[in-house]
Amino acid sequence: MNIVTFPSSATALLEVRDLHVHLADGTPIVSGISLSVAPGQILGLVGESGSGKSTIGSALLGHVRPGARIVNGSILVEGVDVLSLSGKALQQARGKLIAHVPQDPAATLNPMMRIGGHLHELLEVHEPTLSKAERGERIAAVLSDVGLSASNEFLHRFPHQLSGGQQQRILLALAFLLKPRLIVLDEPTTALDVSTQAQVIQTIASLCKMRQVAAVYVSHDLDIVRHLADTVTVLYAGQIVESASRDTLFAAPAHPYSRGLLAAAPDIFTRHQLAPIPGQAPAPADRPMGCSFGPRCASATPACAAAPPPAKDVAPLHRVACFHPSSGPLVRPEAQVRSGLSASPILLEVNDLSASYGDAPIFTGLRLALPSGRCSALVGESGSGKTTLARALAGLGQHVEGSMRFDGGPLPIDNWQRSMEQRRRIQYIFQNPYRALNPRRTIGQTLTAVIRHFFGLGPKDAERRAAAVLQRVALPSGHLHRYPRDLSGGERQRVAIARALACEPDVLICDEITSALDVSVQAAILDLLRSLQGDGLTVLFVTHDLAVVRAIADNVLVLRHGRIIEQGEVDDVLDAPKENYTRQLMASSRHDAA
Amino acid sequence: MTRLSAVADALPTGDAAPAWHFTLPGWLIWTGGRLLSGLTAILFISAVVFGATQILPSDPARVILGPDAPQASIDTMRHQLGLDRPVAEQYGVWIAKSLKGDLGRSLDSDVPVSQIVSGRLANSLTLMLIVLLVSVPLSFWAGIALALRRDRWIDRTAMSGLIFLKAVPNFIVGIGLIFLLATSVFRILPAVSLLEPGLPAIAQPRYLVLPVLTLILMSFPFLLRLVRAAAIETLEAEYVAAARLRGVPEKRIIWRHVIPNALVPAVQGIALMARILLGGVLIVEVVFSFPGIGTAMNAAIEMRDLPVVQAIALILALAVILINLAADIATVLLSPRLRTARKPRIRPGTRARIRQSAGL
Amino acid sequence: MSGSRQLRTGIAFILAVMLLALAGPALAPHAPDALVGPTYGAPSSGAPLGYDYLGRDVWSRVLAGGQSIIWMSFSASLLALTIGALLGMAAAYARGRVDQVIVWITDVLMAFPDLILVLLVVSMLGREPWLIVLTVSVAFIPAVARLARGVTMGIVQQEYVEAAWMMGYPWHRILLRELLPNLATPLLVQLGIMLTWAIAMLSGLSFLGYGVAPPAADWGLMINENRAGLLVQPWAVLAPVLLIALFAIGTNLAAEGYGRSKARIDEKQG
Repeated sequence: MNIVTFPSSATALLEVRDLHVHLADGTPIVSGISLSVAPGQILGLVGESGSGKSTIGSALLGHVRPGARIVNGSILVEGVDVLSLSGKALQQARGKLIAHVPQDPAATLNPMMRIGGHLHELLEVHEPTLSKAERGERIAAVLSDVGLSASNEFLHRFPHQLSGGQQQRILLALAFLLKPRLIVLDEPTTALDVSTQAQVIQTIASLCKMRQVAAVYVSHDLDIVRHLADTVTVLYAGQIVESASRDTLFAAPAHPYSRGLLAAAPDIFTRHQLAPIPGQAPAPADRPMGCSFGPRCASATPACAAAPPPAKDVAPLHRVACFHPSSGPLVRPEAQVRSGLSASPILLEVNDLSASYGDAPIFTGLRLALPSGRCSALVGESGSGKTTLARALAGLGQHVEGSMRFDGGPLPIDNWQRSMEQRRRIQYIFQNPYRALNPRRTIGQTLTAVIRHFFGLGPKDAERRAAAVLQRVALPSGHLHRYPRDLSGGERQRVAIARALACEPDVLICDEITSALDVSVQAAILDLLRSLQGDGLTVLFVTHDLAVVRAIADNVLVLRHGRIIEQGEVDDVLDAPKENYTRQLMASSRHDAA
Repeated sequence: MTRLSAVADALPTGDAAPAWHFTLPGWLIWTGGRLLSGLTAILFISAVVFGATQILPSDPARVILGPDAPQASIDTMRHQLGLDRPVAEQYGVWIAKSLKGDLGRSLDSDVPVSQIVSGRLANSLTLMLIVLLVSVPLSFWAGIALALRRDRWIDRTAMSGLIFLKAVPNFIVGIGLIFLLATSVFRILPAVSLLEPGLPAIAQPRYLVLPVLTLILMSFPFLLRLVRAAAIETLEAEYVAAARLRGVPEKRIIWRHVIPNALVPAVQGIALMARILLGGVLIVEVVFSFPGIGTAMNAAIEMRDLPVVQAIALILALAVILINLAADIATVLLSPRLRTARKPRIRPGTRARIRQSAGL
Repeated sequence: MSGSRQLRTGIAFILAVMLLALAGPALAPHAPDALVGPTYGAPSSGAPLGYDYLGRDVWSRVLAGGQSIIWMSFSASLLALTIGALLGMAAAYARGRVDQVIVWITDVLMAFPDLILVLLVVSMLGREPWLIVLTVSVAFIPAVARLARGVTMGIVQQEYVEAAWMMGYPWHRILLRELLPNLATPLLVQLGIMLTWAIAMLSGLSFLGYGVAPPAADWGLMINENRAGLLVQPWAVLAPVLLIALFAIGTNLAAEGYGRSKARIDEKQG
């Protein structure tokens, strides 16, 4: 049993000791979790998907998903033992003592209930003695705290009539309405645009300080945690691997996994080499005997496989569960800017392209040129038209007009008018790896189909080529006989890339292909793309993430409301943006916006 | 699991700020369009029903006068009945008369069709109304109760039982009930519903019990399954989980969050059930010799009594179209996303998915 | 009961009834229309299920009378499945006008309660078995078409179909390899559901007297013929009732079980 006790003092508001949550069959989801948070402090709980971070988040309110059970541990919030509460007492503690801000604002508001209804309900339930007018005052106050209007018209809206940012602010208002002592925030900004995200985070930070509330911020996003949290706890495979103050953790992480995560995360300021973590996190039932991270750890020793490493203090306020913690700052080698590319000829060119949705124009008169052999990033927030543009290039445009040229010849807008050669040479990779592959066909069937289609090979040759292309995306050839359901999200995205590569394309259009993936997986995919560029591939990388742009692209185009407002070499644009909007975008991404 | 609640597929409303200049709400325009398409459907159906009776191999005049009548009197009869005029003209006359409530005279009994049909219709409507009044609340109550006890013993037993119940053809359920309650095991109810013609059906409850029971048994399993599936879906929704984590009591969650959201697919379910009932009365009435439109239709087909067949087929089709229309309007009015949309559009396949989750 | 167990039980029921119906005529001790005993005679050693209203052997008639309902229900359902799926996919694929017309036609067809439609046609055009099969399938087509249309519209928006289209695969390939395999589950569930309804409708038609003409042996007809004697000789009614019920329950269990076991796999798929 390894108990990580993070510095606790008599002033701690939240005190978690040795929390264990198991599935019904005894498989541990999280184990040995100990945390403490002081009033006004924000704890960042960082982990990738499957690490158990959301399980801990809801367990703090005494709730686990069906099929799971809290088997051990204690959770004290201002001296109240949450796990000993039940029935009405637990109900009253939820919302009033501990509030929870869930992940997806669109799905967590009842579509049949007005905004005012949500807010009034909470007060009716927890403070039944308030009159209607008093409730109205409380609601108006909290709405102004989160930066929303409290007009009758606004309160009468239904959730779908609000923007994503407004919905998220309503969830914050619901959380702060009862003046709780502890707030659990479960990835509250993942669904939001960069600039909205920055504003919502600002609101969270100031409200926590102002009200002296303790907060646990669950996230996979190191960048947000770096700017919001006071202390950080890193989770891996259901266990705490490292706890430290924010500055310590980001400056000198001690656990190999923490270091790996940071090395895998792209940075908006500098172009450093992304180092993916090899392998993938084990499923709860397959966790090894010894250190969970052992099989993926470069410095693992036989001792690591024998028993789990106990947590120990490597410095004051810094605990690590590792037999051989590193010390010293994390050095990330800078990546070279590719040179000698500025004079490359234009391969794909767009003149005067227009697209519309219904009566509303998405963009008009758009011009764009992709230089051969370079990676161009197309950056924009949701609604900028970036996906519409990318799809139009791939021949998937609807209600698109204009003219395009490819490799010296005209490129028809409609897919069915394009030649076989054009279709083969321009490939498109979709955002969502879970819908990009036919669930009823094996990976091999999917790959051989394109190879036979474009190259007219026999089944044997096609299969050989399919295996070769799988190897190029670093997947074993055994995957040929698997179905997409047997693969992780990152593996599926690799297969999607393999399908494109099997066509031997000249242009690869990547539409937000890493946004659904974990940081360490994203690094591997970006790494792969980087290496493909070495072969002379022209890439258009559509994204909202400026750090990714810095990591992968040679030049960048900033799209806003259907207009390209700024373009140029990546370093020029990101270091010295000329346009106001680009500057704002940079500021929001760095979280230093007001 | 098929998603039931994913009904709405509205175009984005854009800015939600109120438009102060006067515009008709989107749902009203939509309802107008929906009414229009219902109307054309009715017109088309009337043409089909009329046309179908035209290809009937027998001659109504011959039916009335008997096989031995001389050709001259047959011709006179045909002229009197208007059968010698062009088909299109006959159709026009038929429609015009129908709109005035004149559905012609029965060929068999020479009584106005409206007179035959109205009494029978009242009886059948009584039957169906009682069934709906019992089935709908029963399905809602049991469906939600089972959803709350999902996968427990009671739920699994009930669901298996329902499969048996909804698989067995309705007339077999009727005969089973006769065997059980009227003739062989217990003899407490009449096997045949010999209603007194002068009295309304509701005043003779003894004769209603068995047909009502049969129709309930054949219809409520569908709605119950649908309500259960819809309730399970909302119970698993993230907004319900979020409300729990805000400390909203379970009872309030069910009444304020689960039931309103489950209501939308359930409304379509009620419409489906009404349609099953319309088909069901046809056979069940025959099983119990209940004097409703089902037995009337059956007798009319046997006697080749064209006007009666036409009238009943048209009334039933009209009823189905009105029921579907009402259900669609209710769906739009009940779901805020559709109600506030500029162009409400019920997502394609919604009804088909709802059907399948009810097992239809 | 788990999904796969439901499926197995359902198929066992169907097979048992089919075996009885197919092998029955060869095993029957008497000709189905031979008058061999007293009217409504009680069961005895020579006639385990007694005699019917004309004094024919009920057991022999049960053995001889199952074929029509089986082949008719299967062919009506399969026909409706094929035509409905094609119509639905065509509507989803073509969109626009074609879609509107197909939707409108199905709306109109669905306005008739199934049985009315069949009764109208059968009463006017005769009770030929192929005609009944055709009409029953017409009554079922709208539901299949709407289902196929809805599901196809969902699949067509999936990126893997877009990818296939982008690559320029021929349309029949997209239909056979990308669409159909993913449509299969809901369509097969619908097939099971339709079988149940077809059994109800066909036996109902026989019961109303529009099915197979007397004196042939047929389960639905037997129920109708012998109803008057339910009190004295219930077996003449109950035997065909139980067999029809068993067959219908089997098809419904199979549909239900198949749907549930597939739903579980699809859930795993994430």
